[in-house]
Amino acid sequence: MDNFKFTVGPAPHIEKTEDTSKIMFWVIAALLPITIGAIYIMGTPALIVIAMSIAGSVGAEALWHAVSKKPMTIADGSAALTGLLLALTLPPQVSWWLPLFGGFIAITIAKFIFGGLGYNIFNPALVARAILLLSWPAQMTKAWLEPVNIDAKTMATPLYIAKKIPASFDAQAFIKSFLFTNKAGSIGEVSAVLLLVGAAILLFKKIIDWRIPFFYIGTVAFLTFAAGKNPTFYVLAGGLIIGAFFMATDYVTSPITPRGRIIYGVGLGAVTVLLRFYSNLSEGVMFAILFMNMLAPLIEKYSRPRVLGMAGKAKS
Amino acid sequence: MALKLSKKTFKGGAHPSYKKELSATKPIAVCSLPDEVILLLSQHIGAPAVAVVKKGDKVVAGQVVAEAESKVSSRILASVSGEVSAVEKRLSPSGQKCPAIVIKTDKENNDIKKFDPIKEPKPEEIINRVREAGIVGLGGAAFPTDIKLQPSKEHKIETVIANGCECEPYLTSDHRQMLEEADALIDGLKLAMKVLNAAEGVVAIEENKADAIELLSQKLANENNISVLALKTKYPQGAADMIIKTVIGKEVPVGGRSTATGGFIQNVGTLINISKAVRDGMPMIERVVTVSGELVRSPQNFRVRIGTPISHLIKEAGGLKANSGKVIIGGPMTGLAQFSFNAPVIKATGGVLVIEDSVNGKKSQNLNPCIRCSRCVEACPMGLVPSALSIYSQVGIFEKAGEYDIDACIECSSCSYVCPANRPIVQMIKFAKQKIWDSEKDNG
Repeated sequence: MDNFKFTVGPAPHIEKTEDTSKIMFWVIAALLPITIGAIYIMGTPALIVIAMSIAGSVGAEALWHAVSKKPMTIADGSAALTGLLLALTLPPQVSWWLPLFGGFIAITIAKFIFGGLGYNIFNPALVARAILLLSWPAQMTKAWLEPVNIDAKTMATPLYIAKKIPASFDAQAFIKSFLFTNKAGSIGEVSAVLLLVGAAILLFKKIIDWRIPFFYIGTVAFLTFAAGKNPTFYVLAGGLIIGAFFMATDYVTSPITPRGRIIYGVGLGAVTVLLRFYSNLSEGVMFAILFMNMLAPLIEKYSRPRVLGMAGKAKS
Repeated sequence: MALKLSKKTFKGGAHPSYKKELSATKPIAVCSLPDEVILLLSQHIGAPAVAVVKKGDKVVAGQVVAEAESKVSSRILASVSGEVSAVEKRLSPSGQKCPAIVIKTDKENNDIKKFDPIKEPKPEEIINRVREAGIVGLGGAAFPTDIKLQPSKEHKIETVIANGCECEPYLTSDHRQMLEEADALIDGLKLAMKVLNAAEGVVAIEENKADAIELLSQKLANENNISVLALKTKYPQGAADMIIKTVIGKEVPVGGRSTATGGFIQNVGTLINISKAVRDGMPMIERVVTVSGELVRSPQNFRVRIGTPISHLIKEAGGLKANSGKVIIGGPMTGLAQFSFNAPVIKATGGVLVIEDSVNGKKSQNLNPCIRCSRCVEACPMGLVPSALSIYSQVGIFEKAGEYDIDACIECSSCSYVCPANRPIVQMIKFAKQKIWDSEKDNG
C-alpha cells in the first residue's frame, strides 16, 4: 500500500455500459439490413451512392477538424451515420458526385456551422437532401431505377401516382411492393420490412424512444383514415418508416422531454399529411421533420416533466 | 403486522450493478484498535464541535472531547482511551484539511465510559440521551438526530420509516446490522415513534435483501402498528424524497423538511444507535463500515471506532490486490475518491471501497458535448432536465438554471451515471447551485 497509485475523479465511480460512439454504431447496425437489402436489389448504383455519401460526410468531418484544430470526432461514428442516412434518402441512379457533395454539406453546413455534434438545429442528412432536391430537382426525382413491374412508363413514385394520376392508382398492389421490391423511390424505400427490423433493434436496445415513431405513424394513419384514404398505403409509402424511426428520433434535433416527444410526433404526423394531401409535393416527410426540428426547442420548453415537490416549495 | 410488498416505486432512477455479494454474507467483525484515531470536529451538518481537551490530556473512551455549543451541532466523544497527541488540522474524507483531535490509543485499556441505562424512558429523556451520546444520521447526511427528533410543531408525524434501503452499490453495513441487530433496530424504531408520538412504523427494505425482509417480518409478526415494506431495488430508493414518495405517497416540498409530509425517516443504523444509547448507555463512538471492492483482498463488514484511519481498515481487510486504483469513502454513486489512505472514518462513513478505475482513465480531458439522448431526463428521480441544467452551468447562465428548478436536485448522480457522453452533469449542477447561492448572498 506504500506506493499505491491513486486515481481520483468525480462520482459516480462505476462503469456504465453505454457511450456516444456505441449508440451511433448501434444505429448504423440497425440500418444494415436495409442497406444490404438495397444493394442486393438495386446493385452497384446503390452501393456507389452509399459509399460516396459516407465518403463525403466523413471527409468533411476530417477536414473540419483539420481546419478548426479541435479534437477528432470521426471515431464517434456520427458522421458516418449521417452519410449513410443521407444515402438512403437518395435515388439510386444520381451522378456519383451528388451524394459526395450531399455528405459534405450535411456535415459542414448543417452540423459544424452550428457548433458540431449536439448543437445542430436541423437533421444534417435531411438538410443536405433538401439542398440537393432544390438544386438538382431533375436528378433527385427521376433517377430511380427502372421499376420491375409497376407503372414502368411514368417512373413515378407510388405517392406521386396516388396524388397526380389517381386513375392508375392501385393501393393493394403497391402495399405488396413495399415489402421487398424494386420500385420508383429512394434507396431506403426498398423494403419497409427491413426498415422495421432495424427499428425493432433500436427499440429493443432502448436507443430510441417509442413515443416519436408511435405518435408520428399513428397520427398519419389516423388522419389518412379520417380523410377516407387507405392508411396502410400512406404509412408504408414514401419515407415515413425510415423518417419516423431513424430521422425524427435523431437525439440532437428532437425534444428531450417525454411529453414533448408525444407533441412532436403528433405534429410530425399532421404536417406530413398536410403536405402529402394539400401541397404541390407528393411526399412530406422530409419537410415535416425539418419544420418540426425548428419547433423542438419551443416544444421542449413547454413540456418539461413535473418536478417532484415543486408544488409545495416554500415561497421565499 | 404482515409483510407488505410494494408495487409502488418512484419515477426515474438507475440500475447500477450492485455488487453487494462481495460482503453481504460476511458477519460484522470487530476491527482492532488503530494506533491513533483522528476525530474531526465537523462530522455532521451544522456548527463544528468545539474541542474541550488539549494536547497531553489523558482521555477515556466515551468521554466528551469536543462539545456541541450551537443548537444544530453534535458533540464528539473519544472513541478510544489514550492520550491526546495533537489538536490540529488533519485530512478529512472531503480532501480538505479540517480541525481534528488526535488520540494515541492506549491498547491495554479497553473500558468504555457509558451513560446510565434508562429502563422506561420518557420522550425528553430519549432526546437528551441522543444529544449527549453524539448521535447523528448515519445514512450519509449526518444531521444531528436530537434536532431531527424535534420537528416543527406544525408537522404532525404519522409514520416513522426505518430506512433499510441501502441503495448504493457495494455497501452492506445496513444490511448486516438489520440481520444481526434486528431487536435493537425494532426498539430504536419504537423509541423514535414514542418521541414523535407517531401511530405507525415501517421498516423499508429493498427487495435485494430478502433475508433481512424475512427476519424482520418474523420479528414484527405480532406488532399491529409496525410493518416491513419491501421496495423495488432501484437507485436512489433510499433518498428521503424517494422513500417518502414510495412509502407515504407524498412529495417532500422542495427546500422544505421531509417531516412536512407526516413522515419521519431514519437510517436503520441510527435507530440501532438510539436503542443502544438509551438501553445500554452506549456513546456514539463506533459504527459499522463495509470495506469492499474488487481490489480488497477480503471484503467484509467491520464494527470500527470513529476516527480510525482508512489505511488501518484496509489492512484489517487483508490489504489490497493491486498497486493502483480508486479509493472511495462512501458508496460508488456519491462517495468521494481519495488521494491518500490517511482520512479517518467519520460518523457518516458507510463504506470504504477500493475498485479498479474503469471510468476516469477512459474519460477524455475535454468536456464532451451533450447529444441530447434524454437518458438523464428519464433517470432523474426528481423530474428535472439535467442536460439543460448542465449546459446552463457550462455556459455560465446560472439564473436560467434557477428557472429550471435546479434547487430541487438531490445530487444523487443518476444523471452522470447514465450519461453516454460521460458529462459530469451532477458536478456542473452543484457548481451552478453554489454560484446561485453566492449571488443570492451578495444581493442580501
